[in-house]
Amino acid sequence: MYYRKYRLIIPFLLPALLLYTVFVLYPYVQAFYLALTSWSGTSAEKPFVGLSNFVSLLTDGRFLHALGNNAKFLVVLPLGTLSVALLFAALFTQGQRGIPGAGFYRVVFFFPQVMSVVIVGILFQYVYNPRYGILNEALKSVGLKSLTRTWLGNNATIFWAIAFVFIWSAIGFYMVIFMASMQSIPTSFYEAATLDGASRWRSFRDITLPLMWETIRTAIIYIAITALDMFVLVQVMTGSGANSAARSVEPIAVYMYIEAFTKNRWGSAAAIGVILLLLTLLLSVVLMRVTKRETYEF
Amino acid sequence: MSSTPINPTAEIDPEETISGEIVLDTRIETEPRLQPAGEKTTLGNALFLGTTQILMILWSVVVIFPFVWMITTSFKRDMEILTDPFGLPKALQWDNFSRAWTSAHIGTYVGNTLIVLSMSLTGTLLISAMAAYVLSRFEFPGNRALFLLFTAGLMFPMFLGLVPLYFLMDDLHLRNTYVGLALVYIAYSLPFTIFFLMGFFKTLPSEVAEASVVDGAGHFQTFFQIMLPMAKPGLIAMGIFNFLGQWNQFLLPLVLMQSESRYVLSQGLNFMAIQQGYDNDYSALFAAMTITMVPTLVVYILFQRRLESGLTAGALKG
Repeated sequence: MYYRKYRLIIPFLLPALLLYTVFVLYPYVQAFYLALTSWSGTSAEKPFVGLSNFVSLLTDGRFLHALGNNAKFLVVLPLGTLSVALLFAALFTQGQRGIPGAGFYRVVFFFPQVMSVVIVGILFQYVYNPRYGILNEALKSVGLKSLTRTWLGNNATIFWAIAFVFIWSAIGFYMVIFMASMQSIPTSFYEAATLDGASRWRSFRDITLPLMWETIRTAIIYIAITALDMFVLVQVMTGSGANSAARSVEPIAVYMYIEAFTKNRWGSAAAIGVILLLLTLLLSVVLMRVTKRETYEF
Repeated sequence: MSSTPINPTAEIDPEETISGEIVLDTRIETEPRLQPAGEKTTLGNALFLGTTQILMILWSVVVIFPFVWMITTSFKRDMEILTDPFGLPKALQWDNFSRAWTSAHIGTYVGNTLIVLSMSLTGTLLISAMAAYVLSRFEFPGNRALFLLFTAGLMFPMFLGLVPLYFLMDDLHLRNTYVGLALVYIAYSLPFTIFFLMGFFKTLPSEVAEASVVDGAGHFQTFFQIMLPMAKPGLIAMGIFNFLGQWNQFLLPLVLMQSESRYVLSQGLNFMAIQQGYDNDYSALFAAMTITMVPTLVVYILFQRRLESGLTAGALKG
């Protein structure tokens, strides 16, 4: 009955295919070619240099340092975010009737996720401000003046200050995902465990965790890929600055932006893009392998 | 990834989507749980609940307070911000908002954002819906390959294509244009929106479409008058999802809209924040942030559940 269906199929697919090919696929494919050139952007010719962009990046201290920052984010962000999100989700779904006020807390905790990262970044730039930021003011008011810092102007604290903002804004999001997963576990499992004398912690460790592992796994991979980026938050919170503290937290995405739009080293920037892709793929595969567990049907 | 924890279409009964009553609602009521043994005493339970409450209240304060501080600060004089960061404003300085809106060009940035989003959101939804409809409901050679081609876009980091995209837009004379940015927004929103809507169209009953074809309606008519209205809940979910994504987008405009009069809001706000180093007009900056936050806050409070399910479904695209 779908005769002459191509009269529909072709015009319906064409706009999507056209836009996707021109603005997404073509730049992706071209990036691989540009990465092999030393193009300065102005000349028509793009001198082919083989893998030398990659070779010089791997010996470039600033790039390797940036890579190290991503590695640090990769450890700190999933651990900090997912452990707290898991704890909150568990607290929300445990207890006799759930906890009072759960609906309110849920709405509040999720809110930062909806906010623009740019606003969150600027806001925390001022929260951390050494002169009148509320963090230092709060520390002073409870007699902890010795703990006040120039949070974003100091190599020792800037990484943690930025990581905290990420974790702060992401906890509610992952908490909601974990709660949905926990609540799909049949209550009868917990009843049986209770009858057998299992404690809260035992129930959580031996029932909740294994049964929601697929969700946790997906969350780990998702947040890990986010940790490879971190462009917006770092760019905004360092005020796009080039002081030594800003340099000390620079992730590879920020370094790529500088290579491209400040130094006009387009070939090198494209090479960083390719490396970023390879890292994303590698990380996904490795994490999928490492986190693979037996799945339980219920 | 082998499983999607939150299946966006799982809870939608096709019968009910026709009436439009059931929307994407992944709300799950907090089920009562039995108390574990060993904590049967009311004291143990009270202690547990008390600790939990304290923890929750503390974290609520940590989450809410920066926003409250931002709003109160936006009504203060610069002097008050420096001398009394915690206090309430002595008088409401509405002038901060007018300075932010006009002198700091927040009004222009809002206008630019609205122009771009009005084109890009309409385009994203329409073009994705058409492609998703064809891909999910018609058999033809290359169908599967096209599906894989679109979903492959979900795996690639945007940074990979950034440099070529910049030059492509330059060659096409689309840099610093509203249409150019809107087209790029649409293109980058397609993979996930198509992926999501395909799952949606698959759940719609085929009898209705077939009946309308039998009744003599053309394929186009069937799509626009029957299938699209039936897919409304899915379109709303993707509308909200893409609205937030595109409203908050920072990287693409940073690269593609480099003339200040064309800045979109997130970019303009960042520009203004950097300028503060020279201008020292903190109160106007806070007012600008408040202006930017309020629409999001209102949307969030009105559509909290839909937004939550839309965003979480978006993240875990499987």
